[in-house]
Amino acid sequence: MFQLFESLGQSTRESFAKLGRSSLFLLNTLAGVPDTMTRPTLLVKQLFSVGVLSFLIITISGLFVGMVLGLQGFYTLSDFGAEESLGVMVAASLVRELGPVVSALLFAGRAGSALTAEIGLMKATEQLSGMEMMAVDPIKRIISPRFLAGFISTPLLAALFSTIGVNGGHMVGVGMLGVDDGAFWAQMQASIDFQQDIINGVIKSIVFGFVVSWIALFEGYDTIPTAEGVSRATTRTVVNSAFAVLGLDFILTALMFGDI
Amino acid sequence: MHNTKTQDTLVGLFVASGIAALFYMAMQVSNLGSYTGGETYTIIAQFQNSGGLKIKSPVSVAGVRIGRVSSIRLDKDSHESIVEMQIESQYNNLPDDSGASIYTAGLLGEQYVSIDPGPGISGEFLKDRSKIDNVSSAIILEEMIGKFLMNKADSK
Repeated sequence: MFQLFESLGQSTRESFAKLGRSSLFLLNTLAGVPDTMTRPTLLVKQLFSVGVLSFLIITISGLFVGMVLGLQGFYTLSDFGAEESLGVMVAASLVRELGPVVSALLFAGRAGSALTAEIGLMKATEQLSGMEMMAVDPIKRIISPRFLAGFISTPLLAALFSTIGVNGGHMVGVGMLGVDDGAFWAQMQASIDFQQDIINGVIKSIVFGFVVSWIALFEGYDTIPTAEGVSRATTRTVVNSAFAVLGLDFILTALMFGDI
Repeated sequence: MHNTKTQDTLVGLFVASGIAALFYMAMQVSNLGSYTGGETYTIIAQFQNSGGLKIKSPVSVAGVRIGRVSSIRLDKDSHESIVEMQIESQYNNLPDDSGASIYTAGLLGEQYVSIDPGPGISGEFLKDRSKIDNVSSAIILEEMIGKFLMNKADSK
């Protein structure tokens, strides 16, 4: 019984300590961002490995998600004779929810886990300590460019996801199922509001990019420098990112679309 | 693996395509493409019942959208609904005896205000904050069904 309380207290203390470490880590990373601006080559390299290499998975997923939305939406809407609203349904669900959320989840799986593993291994092989020995700040040299790259790429990836998804829905709805082309776009444009839907979707993806990059980099930086530690940190990145993205999505949705 | 130059180009392409996607969403998917940030003037109409009319519902003449509903509020004295509409300034020649009615697009579609231009006997046009007197309220489907059923019951 006594041991139970002891372990409970310890785990509580540890989780607070971790929260504190991650907040300090975020502050240091943000402080290093201006330095990254002055060295664009580092940033470009990270944009390549974080953004460009995620391009394919994002576009293909976006296409299929859009196509499935078109198919499912059509079957449901045709019960009510409202096939013309297919464009609205596909676009609204992609722009508001699926675009930011699914691309953030894919980003966490594709790029976040890679970032954690990379930085965790750097720590395990004492490259980070080596940099400190040479008076190079590893946060500024390694972490900040990756953070900025993740922060920049997620909104772009989410926009690509939504755009390609809408066209996938159009392909299935108009091309295969025979929804009217004009009605598809006209109803979409009439119902999707630029500020209410598009801007809020972009804000969501910016928040998700921030959080996912933060989690991925911190887990890597905070890893126990062993093979097992790195593997656990990678798992935690994906799991925690998914929780954070879905939880934040609910809060953001409630704030943005709660009272219209 | 990749030399720096192709990498730079690919990153450039990636960022450009991302921005293009954002632009595409703004223009093709949302209402920004049909948005006119031009000058507008406000006209007011008082309806007995504005039904499912919402802010930003379209205002049209002969099926062409000329403006949007900008505010809907209740008049405390008459218990009627006061609807303010912003009309694009290029359509400044609506006769002042025009009528306004609330219609539904399709059977279950969204509601919109239709303005029927009057004969223009006085030769005056609707100006900023002028009021339309000749109005007909929204058709409430439930009300109609209710009346129809009552009539059926009465005639039996």
